[in-house]
Amino acid sequence: MSQTSPTLSSPTPNTPQHSWLRSAIDDYSLALIFIVLFAVLSGTVPYFFSWDNIVSVALSVSQIGMVACTMMFCLASRDFDLSVGSTVAFAGVTCAMVANATGSVMLGMAASLVAGAVIGFINGAIIAKLKINALITTLAMMEIVRGLAFLVSKGQAVGVSNEAFYVIGTNMLFGLPIPVWITVACFVVFGVMLNKTAYGRNTLAIGGNPEAVRLAGVAVDRTRIVIFLIQGVVAAFAGVILASRITSGQPNAGEGFELDVISACVLGGVSLAGGRDTISGVLVGVLIMGTVQNAMNLMNIDTFYQYVVRGAILLAAVLVDQLKNRRATH
Amino acid sequence: MSTADATPYLQFESIGKSFPGVRALADVSFGVHAGSVHGLLGENGAGKSTTMKILGGEYAPDEGRLIIGGQPRQFRSSAEAIAAGVAIIHQELQYVPELSVMENLLLGRLPTRMGFVQRRQALAWTREKLDALGVDLDPRAKMRNISIGQRQMVEICKAILRDARILALDEPTSSLSHRETEVLFRLVRDLRAQGKAMIYISHRLDEIFELCDAATVFRDGRKIADFDTLEGVTRETLVQRMVGRQLDDIFGYRPRELGDVRMSVRGITGHKVHEPVDFEVRSGEIVGFFGLVGAGRSETMRVVYGADKRLGGSVQIDGKALPATDVRAAIRAGLMFCPEDRKEDGIVGVRSVSENINISARRNHLRAGLFVDDAIEAKTADDFIKRLSIRTPNRRQEIRLLSGGNQQKAILARWLAEGDLRVLIVDEPTRGIDVGAKNEIYNVLYALAERGVAIVMVSSELPEVLGVSDRIVVMCNGRIAGQFARDQANEENVLACALPEGAPKANQRRN
Repeated sequence: MSQTSPTLSSPTPNTPQHSWLRSAIDDYSLALIFIVLFAVLSGTVPYFFSWDNIVSVALSVSQIGMVACTMMFCLASRDFDLSVGSTVAFAGVTCAMVANATGSVMLGMAASLVAGAVIGFINGAIIAKLKINALITTLAMMEIVRGLAFLVSKGQAVGVSNEAFYVIGTNMLFGLPIPVWITVACFVVFGVMLNKTAYGRNTLAIGGNPEAVRLAGVAVDRTRIVIFLIQGVVAAFAGVILASRITSGQPNAGEGFELDVISACVLGGVSLAGGRDTISGVLVGVLIMGTVQNAMNLMNIDTFYQYVVRGAILLAAVLVDQLKNRRATH
Repeated sequence: MSTADATPYLQFESIGKSFPGVRALADVSFGVHAGSVHGLLGENGAGKSTTMKILGGEYAPDEGRLIIGGQPRQFRSSAEAIAAGVAIIHQELQYVPELSVMENLLLGRLPTRMGFVQRRQALAWTREKLDALGVDLDPRAKMRNISIGQRQMVEICKAILRDARILALDEPTSSLSHRETEVLFRLVRDLRAQGKAMIYISHRLDEIFELCDAATVFRDGRKIADFDTLEGVTRETLVQRMVGRQLDDIFGYRPRELGDVRMSVRGITGHKVHEPVDFEVRSGEIVGFFGLVGAGRSETMRVVYGADKRLGGSVQIDGKALPATDVRAAIRAGLMFCPEDRKEDGIVGVRSVSENINISARRNHLRAGLFVDDAIEAKTADDFIKRLSIRTPNRRQEIRLLSGGNQQKAILARWLAEGDLRVLIVDEPTRGIDVGAKNEIYNVLYALAERGVAIVMVSSELPEVLGVSDRIVVMCNGRIAGQFARDQANEENVLACALPEGAPKANQRRN
């Protein structure tokens, strides 16, 4: 507790000098944690600090990173979306099948993105218009879409003979894999959208208090539908890239993907209560996840332990966030 | 002065408390006698809530100490305070809505035999206790099905059943009807007769005069004055001590010219508005809507604005009909609304003051139809923070950290920023707001009316309705029961009009 002079201060709370330091630490605490983590791992884990390894970390989180950008909007508006993993699989399968049938990879991709948009639109419309809880709606959608992925592919991985299919997932551009560039682009675009557009600001406000925002004249239902629609399209795009990386559309791809994405967002300090999000936080969350995973692999840690470690890190992140909020309310 | 020789049961001794950057309490001392009701007065932020939190064990004081029954006490948690016989009934009640009255009263202490709840025994016991307190309630009723006033009774009973010796009530009547208030007052007087030491916090001076034996006034975290008795103390003295300046007339009514009809409401109905309602508001006019809680005023206004579904009837702004149930169309037509429940329906707590001000008008100056113009928004926010004297460190502060009055001013600013404001509906604009801020809000309303805006003000505070309105519309049981011009209205005729047929028309309010 800071010591103030016994004379009465003015009724408006004037901030003591050192509080900017504390607020800076609060604002950048995650980034600091990541930097420390990175430095420690670089010093202790062999092969960790090498360009090749860093690129492979980036590549490994590229799909999670893309979808985390749009999941951030979902969480910001106090909803969430469990159907993205299934959408990834369905989009991959769709892309491969349409590409095989038409001979055009572009058509395959377009079909996937349209499918993703439809899935997202249905999610959004049910949640916004029929007022059904997002957990239930997207859980149902997760099952349905996963089922569709198995049905259309008859349960088999769909290989693609067309070489062009592998370009987007495996080629390099200016020294980095294309999926990494696409993820970077997503962070830039969605970062700008969150902070600079009416859509992003309204999303945050809806998460803060949907009824107040409706009465303030914001088209709440439409915004919600758009959030899910974009989420569906980006998840489908991630599915296409994943299929290209693994050279086939697989109906069981992306299982547990939705939880990885939500974990990354939560690690990045996104509040499930809505209204408080930063794109930098999500970026750091994604990076922490990828880095820890990679370091554990390099250290040859048993997969069974990896689950435990990941869960523990997630819990720790939420606890830190909770403590921060508790202090903020005083 | 009569009780000055006896030692108070509860004493605050030189209590001080600081938070980073603010000194919330400084050297506060006062005492509360057993068998008395002690009023705490002061504007929001004066230190009343901090004092209550120290009493309730939520905060530990930095300086000074609490003395209860002659023993110095140091509470480290709310549980310790409860164990020491302290009960605080907060404005926001804490209960389990899905459980019955009985279960709430016995929460955590239901009588059991071999793990099974002894339901019949518990019911008989609860009924007996409720009867003893003179509270007429079915112990089996679910909490969510009883009125707010009754829930409050249950909370008080819960405190009494835990053998509380000290009972603090924080703004207990802010959402009670007149009749419920009477019941509450009777209970408080009974408890006084039983020798409880009671603290009563209220913004309503009438209640302080009616109920309290003594009072302490707070301002800026300090004790300003103690009144051992309220005999002979005037309302003006108390207000002056609270605000630290002379406020001759907090309403400061300013007469003005009225223009043509701006809004005309014809026969509207909704799910909660069963009978068609008609009224008109003219340019420059402030129409006060008075009624008891549940008279249908807020429900009607929500249908007018489009917040709730309109089933029938029409609303015209300057002769043009509004589409039903379309908030956005209403705003575009110049009809705007400050809702009754600021926290639930008004502000977006976790967003900044600036966001809360700009959220609606933003659409008028987007770049490329998409991008927020931060420069304009910052200017708008700073402008209104200054014009309406919204007290906030800066425009980036989260609005939930502001006091109620300043939040309300930010919501007003939201609509002022729209530019083309024609009709403004304000629902309970000063509920839970301190005297100084009330005055500022009235002045905003007058300034708007002088610009030709038509204003509808829904309020349950009769002095406010009488003091601010040019015309008073009274609602009762979902219908407009009467109208009064400003110079014809007084407390008696307006209140009589607001009471349902057959209700006792006397004894509703003293003074």
